[in-house]
Amino acid sequence: MVPMSAARRAVVVSSIFLLLTSCGSARARGVVVAGSTSVQPYAELLAEEYEHLYGGVVDVQGGGSSAGITAALSGAADIGMSSRELKEGEGALRQVEIARDGLAVIVHPSNPVSDLTPEQVRALYAADAVNWKEFGGPDAAIHIIAREEGSGTRSAFEELLMAGRRITPKAIVQNSNGQVTHMVAGDERAIGFISLGLVDGTVKALRLGGAEATRDNVANGTYALFRPFLFVLREDCPEETVRFADFALSAAGQRLLAAEGLVTAEWMKQAAGGRP
Amino acid sequence: MKRFAEKLSSRVFFLLALSSISALALITVFIVAQGAPLIAKVGFFRFVFGMDWAPGHGEYGIFPMIVGSVSVTLGAVLIGVPVGLCCSIFLAEFAPELMRDIFRPAIQLLAGIPSVVYGFWGLLFIVPFIRDRLGGPGLSILAGSVILAIMILPTVISISEVSLLDLPRQYKEGALALGMTHWQSIVSVLLPAAKSGITAAVILGIGRAVGETMAVIMVLGNAVALPESVLDPVRTLTTNIGIEMGYASGDHRQALFATGIVLFAIIMALNAAAQYIGRRR
Repeated sequence: MVPMSAARRAVVVSSIFLLLTSCGSARARGVVVAGSTSVQPYAELLAEEYEHLYGGVVDVQGGGSSAGITAALSGAADIGMSSRELKEGEGALRQVEIARDGLAVIVHPSNPVSDLTPEQVRALYAADAVNWKEFGGPDAAIHIIAREEGSGTRSAFEELLMAGRRITPKAIVQNSNGQVTHMVAGDERAIGFISLGLVDGTVKALRLGGAEATRDNVANGTYALFRPFLFVLREDCPEETVRFADFALSAAGQRLLAAEGLVTAEWMKQAAGGRP
Repeated sequence: MKRFAEKLSSRVFFLLALSSISALALITVFIVAQGAPLIAKVGFFRFVFGMDWAPGHGEYGIFPMIVGSVSVTLGAVLIGVPVGLCCSIFLAEFAPELMRDIFRPAIQLLAGIPSVVYGFWGLLFIVPFIRDRLGGPGLSILAGSVILAIMILPTVISISEVSLLDLPRQYKEGALALGMTHWQSIVSVLLPAAKSGITAAVILGIGRAVGETMAVIMVLGNAVALPESVLDPVRTLTTNIGIEMGYASGDHRQALFATGIVLFAIIMALNAAAQYIGRRR
């Protein structure tokens, strides 16, 4: 027993030491980015490209939008990632909208229903209405598909559409955009929601209150189901932090985000310019 | 010198044996330490018998998942045990040597297929089949039960077969000498005599079914509501952890560990029962 516990102590001590030293070095000469798990994969992409191009160190962590904003305020992180607008009283932080992510409500391509109002989608997901007949479709039960608790896509859907109502517990739960798409593509009665950029030919994205689910409509604001992806920074943040945020908005950074299916700032500028 | 080697080897083996047990102890302590505070906070009865699971709204009730685990496992037993038992009787009593040599490794192979492959196969074949032929979304108790029934077959078959083969030769010889047919000797002498081994096989199969995660995540649909038919989607205790651990933090994460405590208790009880029954001859 004695040699065992000594060995374990050695392992524990050395791993703690490694942990401390690795954190320490990242804090000393790098940018710490923390927050929304929805923004995280995109920030990681940006960080990878940034490190490749400029050789800096960017450390991206999750934690959720609120935790990210708090961390940016307290200085625990250099940049906070948020997938929602800042609330009143969340302090004076500079916001950089690096992109927008649209949500598409998807059905099987053969489904005759192709336009719902936000109220109808809400009633459907709250299971007030359980038959496609009520939305002008065939007389068949609706198979509701949602994402799992804690997923950023689910919480965005709840915030933007559900207005305090809950997604019915009878909803089928799948834990990735890909799984939701796969199930909807194979089931004529199913409905689901995924990131707009991931809609492919196997499913049909519904119009929402008449507005087509396209990246242009997200950019000009006519399609209401989207959320901002924000970097939030303190005004007095170090220069390297600003450089990374600027990189996210640069042509190279925005190209990266656009390739992932996001609606980029560039896109929004064009939409604004195109409007009379 | 020789004595020293003897002593050393016994020490080394003791330490290695100890490390496997201490892994169990570490995991147990960790799960309980992580999960118990939440159970205390929510209250044991509200946690175990609560109907609503909405971590975003601070509600942690896992009763629908307990019902889910029980119903899927029951379905797996109803489908898998008769098939497995018949297969083990065939192998122990009827099969010619050559066929036995083909069947046994094939069944071993069934145990070696990774569970994610079972799940993927179920998602691509069983789920659409149920959706098109029987109705509902296809992701259902039935789909999970079929997959789990196949997955518990190796356990049920091999342990039942061993317990049939372990019976003293005199049982069968006596039965035949009394004028019984082969089939009569199996039903009225051999099966009752091997009862404890077969029961242990079934319980171990149940343990396997309750603990399976990856395969059922893909075919069950994971809805957190009480099912009304075998064609409804359900969530089991294991899939609750598997599907939500990605983004869980704070209380939500603790609640998943607390789900693990309940699961752990169920599996321990099942294993203890299997050992108790298996030992009682």
